[in-house]
Amino acid sequence: MALLGRFLSPRITKIIGSQARQLSTSSSRQNVDRPQFPGSRSEYSTKLEFIKPDDFKGIPVYRVMNAKGEILPGGLDPKLDKETVQKMYHSMTLLNTMDRILYESQRQGRISFYMTNYGEEGTHIGSAAACDPQDVVFGQYREAGVMMWRGFTLDQFMNQCYGNCEDIGKGRQMPVHYGSKDLNFVTISSTLATQMPQAAGSAYALKRAGKKLCVICYFGEGAASEGDAHAAFNFAATLECPIIFFCRNNGYAISTPTSDQYRGDGIASRGAGYGMDTIRVDGNDVFGVYNATKAAREMCVKEMRPVLIEAMTYRIGHHSTSDDSSTYRKKGEIMSWDDQSPIHRLRNYMENQGWWSDEQESAWKEKSKKKVMEAFARAEKRKKPNPEMLFTDVYDEMPPRIQKQMEFMKSHCTQFKEHYPFDDHVPMT
Amino acid sequence: MSWKFLRCLQNARFLKKNLETSLSVHRCVSVQYVPDTISAAHGETTRMNLVQAINNALDIALSTDPSAVLFGEDVAFGGVFRCSVELKDRYGRDRVFNTPLSEQGIVAFGIGVAAMGSTAIAEIQFADYIFPAFDQVVIPRGPHQAKGLLLSCIRDQNPCIFFEPKILYRSAIEEVPSGDYTIPIGQAEILLEGDDVTLIGYGTQIHVLREVANMAQEKFDVSCEVIDLRTILPWDEETVINSVKKTGRCIISHEAPITMGVAAEIAATIQDECFLNLEAPVMRICGYDTPFPHVFEAFYLPDKWRCLEAVKKIVNYG
Repeated sequence: MALLGRFLSPRITKIIGSQARQLSTSSSRQNVDRPQFPGSRSEYSTKLEFIKPDDFKGIPVYRVMNAKGEILPGGLDPKLDKETVQKMYHSMTLLNTMDRILYESQRQGRISFYMTNYGEEGTHIGSAAACDPQDVVFGQYREAGVMMWRGFTLDQFMNQCYGNCEDIGKGRQMPVHYGSKDLNFVTISSTLATQMPQAAGSAYALKRAGKKLCVICYFGEGAASEGDAHAAFNFAATLECPIIFFCRNNGYAISTPTSDQYRGDGIASRGAGYGMDTIRVDGNDVFGVYNATKAAREMCVKEMRPVLIEAMTYRIGHHSTSDDSSTYRKKGEIMSWDDQSPIHRLRNYMENQGWWSDEQESAWKEKSKKKVMEAFARAEKRKKPNPEMLFTDVYDEMPPRIQKQMEFMKSHCTQFKEHYPFDDHVPMT
Repeated sequence: MSWKFLRCLQNARFLKKNLETSLSVHRCVSVQYVPDTISAAHGETTRMNLVQAINNALDIALSTDPSAVLFGEDVAFGGVFRCSVELKDRYGRDRVFNTPLSEQGIVAFGIGVAAMGSTAIAEIQFADYIFPAFDQVVIPRGPHQAKGLLLSCIRDQNPCIFFEPKILYRSAIEEVPSGDYTIPIGQAEILLEGDDVTLIGYGTQIHVLREVANMAQEKFDVSCEVIDLRTILPWDEETVINSVKKTGRCIISHEAPITMGVAAEIAATIQDECFLNLEAPVMRICGYDTPFPHVFEAFYLPDKWRCLEAVKKIVNYG
């Protein structure tokens, strides 16, 4: 055992150790036959019995605060100070204001695309606040609040959506595909769930680098149906990666309700199957999300293993500006969720504490709207990047073949310049 | 970031005991492997087959870069082709390890490792299984190249797919420099100089083309220039174009199916760049547009006779 133990992590040794003990105890009893299959650890049974999903009660939804913003009996108040709670509220509402303005700007054709975060602001802010700012974030596309919390500026959001010359991403991706190396937020890409096994790999690298950090990987319940989600869960568990898988279960994947997405008990019920500690949390309760994420983070970093959090919430807005959700759900359904929104709930809590008033609310609304509008105007005025940027960063250095294509583009566009939108762009060299 | 992908071949798991056999043992078509000549500048050399050269390159990569990790299906015990033999014992189970059986997982996990600035060497057991994302594609023709190109791939700043011709794993044996060295990515190599026809290929097919060049000289008194592409993407246009401008005739050959194969891209570029120099249409001698067959392999492959017939046609064109 000692020799074997040298090559195994303490956790695996423990499991094997306990199995070995069980085996020796049972063999000392008379004729007790135990399965020796390497692929499982359990006992024999002569009962022909299938495990039924209905045999298990659904995994409960953890929360600490009700819709009135009251800490429930037995609920753990994280006792965040006034300043932190106000920052949470500011971030959630500023995101909400930015969403409204950018959504409208897409309707007016000023940006090509947008996705709002309505109803899910609590999952973003609660989880982001519980993480270390150095923890690495991999997201799907509806996690702008995490960046907002970490300090991505309104100008940076707007520059990306406009794809202007100040955009960190050089205007190459569609709107809301944010990323920031400074804020440890890995750039969003459209293909669903591909970030999940990547996040596991990054968590493995962080572990090897001896950093006391974790990765938090966000995804929707629809993306969890992808093969990549399976790969990610299994890799993270077998390779013991410090990663929080954070599922936003908002009831819909575009038009597809969860009843068409899965038949098990949501995403959380899959966690144990992969050998991961799992919790389901009320995604509209920012403190519930905060507590769950904080505890998960501690397990990740201390014990070097993955944890799964499923945050139950509701997608109040349309899927995107290319979607009209009234074609597949009733208005009343949305209204009932609007009242329960994480923003209302946190405001109630703050008012209960005497930390917020109607005056503060209207002053903040005014101020935040002004800030958003100013950033919006600045972003709109900026030129688009130099068209040569189309060819850079494909490789770290431009191969001759691409160089040639760039030269062709330049000479062609100069020759036919009246047909190309040069005025919108920073001039070519 | 680097990827190491392997190319599939029937029965490759069950190779015969005798390591120094000709390639015909494992294939219906006989190919003569010609060892590379190593310049004295490289210093001390060791006789290695392609597997040993790969293993040696990985060993050097792991020893010179503490962030480098090697992973994939069955890598820990040495790999089903023995390319990672002894590396786990030498560098520890956190650096050389098995993953669950999932190609999408392996590649994405590698991207994640690399995103943190570490070096990820991912192995895909059979190349037939995956093409999820690639920037650079590199294929060596023998042990000496395999080691130098693989080390370049591992150290390159771009994601890279490295295809290992499994037929050459044990059959290609030559002197390989013992130390640390690299062969540049993106550069083709002129193996044989010639004036009449340019023959272009990569991997195992290079050995076919070299033999074709010899046969063409003997039988038709035709002088062929043989170019090993080595890097498929981004490929060395300049070397190819200069050669075709000189010879005026070009045959491109690869095992993969003809439609939308690498040869199509090269042929289109040649007609674009060398139109006035061409004295015959660019010819492609490739696999047929069918799945790779079992018992019909000898009929499927673009062997030396098919290539030789092409040489005959191209010099008699018009």
